[in-house]
Amino acid sequence: MADEVVLLDYWISPYAMRLRIALALKGIEYERKEEELNNKSPLLLQSNPVHKKVPVLIHNGKPICESVVALQYIDEVWNDKAPLFPSDPYLRSQAKFWADYVDKKISSFARKLWSGAKGEEMEVVKKDLFDCLRLLEGELGDKPFFGGETLGLVDLALLPFASWFSVHDKFGTFSLEAECPKIPPWVKRCFQMESVSESVPSPDQLYDYVVKMRNSRQE
Amino acid sequence: MAWSLSRSELHRLFRLQLYVHIYSRNKKMSRSKTNMEEVKVIGFWASPYVYRVTWALNLKGVKYEYQEEDIFNKSGLLLQYNPVHKKVPVFVHGGKLIAESSVILEYIEETWPQNPLLPTDPHARAMARFWTKFRDDKKPDLYGFFKRAGEEQIQAAKEAQECLKILEEHGLQEKKFFDGDKIGMTDLSMGWLAFWFEAMEEAAGVQVLEANSFPRLHAWIRNFKEVPVVKENHPDQTRLLAYFKWLREMYTKPATT
Repeated sequence: MADEVVLLDYWISPYAMRLRIALALKGIEYERKEEELNNKSPLLLQSNPVHKKVPVLIHNGKPICESVVALQYIDEVWNDKAPLFPSDPYLRSQAKFWADYVDKKISSFARKLWSGAKGEEMEVVKKDLFDCLRLLEGELGDKPFFGGETLGLVDLALLPFASWFSVHDKFGTFSLEAECPKIPPWVKRCFQMESVSESVPSPDQLYDYVVKMRNSRQE
Repeated sequence: MAWSLSRSELHRLFRLQLYVHIYSRNKKMSRSKTNMEEVKVIGFWASPYVYRVTWALNLKGVKYEYQEEDIFNKSGLLLQYNPVHKKVPVFVHGGKLIAESSVILEYIEETWPQNPLLPTDPHARAMARFWTKFRDDKKPDLYGFFKRAGEEQIQAAKEAQECLKILEEHGLQEKKFFDGDKIGMTDLSMGWLAFWFEAMEEAAGVQVLEANSFPRLHAWIRNFKEVPVVKENHPDQTRLLAYFKWLREMYTKPATT
C-alpha cells in the first residue's frame, strides 16, 4: 500500500515550516493543505481535537500533532535517509534538550516581539532573546549546522524562528549580526539547502509579506 | 629458591607473573568501566518530575544513586549540572549529564530497553509523547488554582478542569492506563495526578478533580498507586501536604510594601 501523507499547514507558521523542511529532506511526497486559521477545516478539528492547531501530519489516515513529536515520528518511520537525530543516545538527548529549549524560550520571545511590545518591555524581551540565542550559538560552536554536517532536529526547530527574527533585523528593531553573529550566517547556510529554500519562505519573503500586511492595514 | 630454577621454569614463572599483571590490570579496567557507567539522579523529594525518572529506573531494574537537592537553596553542584534551567531532575550516567525529565525518560528507554516504557508502533509512540507534552505545556493551567485565591481561584479551577477533561476523554479514554494495559512513559508523566494533586487541592482548600466528574481519572489513580514500583516509592502524603500548605502560604501572602 502506498503511503498517504497529508500535511495540514499554514505557510508562515514556524511550527509547520519545521515539518515541511523535514519532509523535503527525507524526499517524502505529501499533499499540502493550507488552513485558514479563522475558518478551520473539519479535517483539522477532527485530526487535532485537543489543540485545533496546525501543523498536523496525517500518515495513512492517522494524525500526529505537535511539531517536535511529528519530527520524531518522521525520523522513525522514514529512517532510510537524512537522519534528523544523532544515533548515539546521549547526543540524541542533547538534541532533544535544545529543541525543547527553543520551544520553551525562543517561541515565547517570538510571540512577544510580534505582539507589539514597546519601550522598556521591548528592551527586556530583546535582552532575554539575545541571551538565549547566545546559549544556542555556544551549542552550534564551529559546526555548520546544529546537526553537524547536515541539518538536524535543533536546526529545524530554530530556523523558522530565526527567519522571523531576521525580519525584525530588516526593520531595524535590532541587529542580529551585532548581538548573535553566528546566527545570520547559519540561517544563510540553511537556506542554501534546496530542502529549506523550496519548503519555507526566506527572510526576504517574510519581510515582503509583513510590509504588504502593514501597508494594507494603513489603507 | 629462584636461583636454582631451570630456564624453562624461569620462563613459566615469568609468564605467570605476566598473566597475574594482565589479570589485575583488566580487573582495574572493568572496575573503572563500571564506575563510568554509574547512574545518579539529582532530585528534590517533592518533585513529581524526579519521580518520573526514579520510577522509570526502578521499572527497568537499574541501580542508581540518589542525591537530594534543596531547590530553595540551590547548590553549586546543581547550577553546574544544569546551568541552563537550574532545575531538578538531573540525570548522570557515566559522567554524562542530562536535564529535562521527558528527555531523561527517552534516554533511559534507549539505554536500558528492558521493560519498555514506549510501544514499538511509531504512531502509538507519538501519542505517548503528545500526552507527555500536553501535561507539561498545560502546567500553568493545571497548577493555577493552587497559586490563587477568591474569584481568581474559581476561574483557575475551571481552567484546570478543562485540561483534566481532555486528559480523561481524549488521553485516557477507556484504557486502564494511558499507555494501555501496563504503565508506560505517559503514565509516569501523569504520576503527579496520583499523589501531588490531592495534596495541592487540600492545601488550597478546593476540590478540582471530583470523582463524579472524572471517574476514569480516579480509577487510573487507584490503579497507578497499586503498581509495585509506585507503591514502593512515592512521596509521604503527610509531608507533601505540609509542604504544599507552606508553599500556598508563600503564594497567597499579600505583597508587603
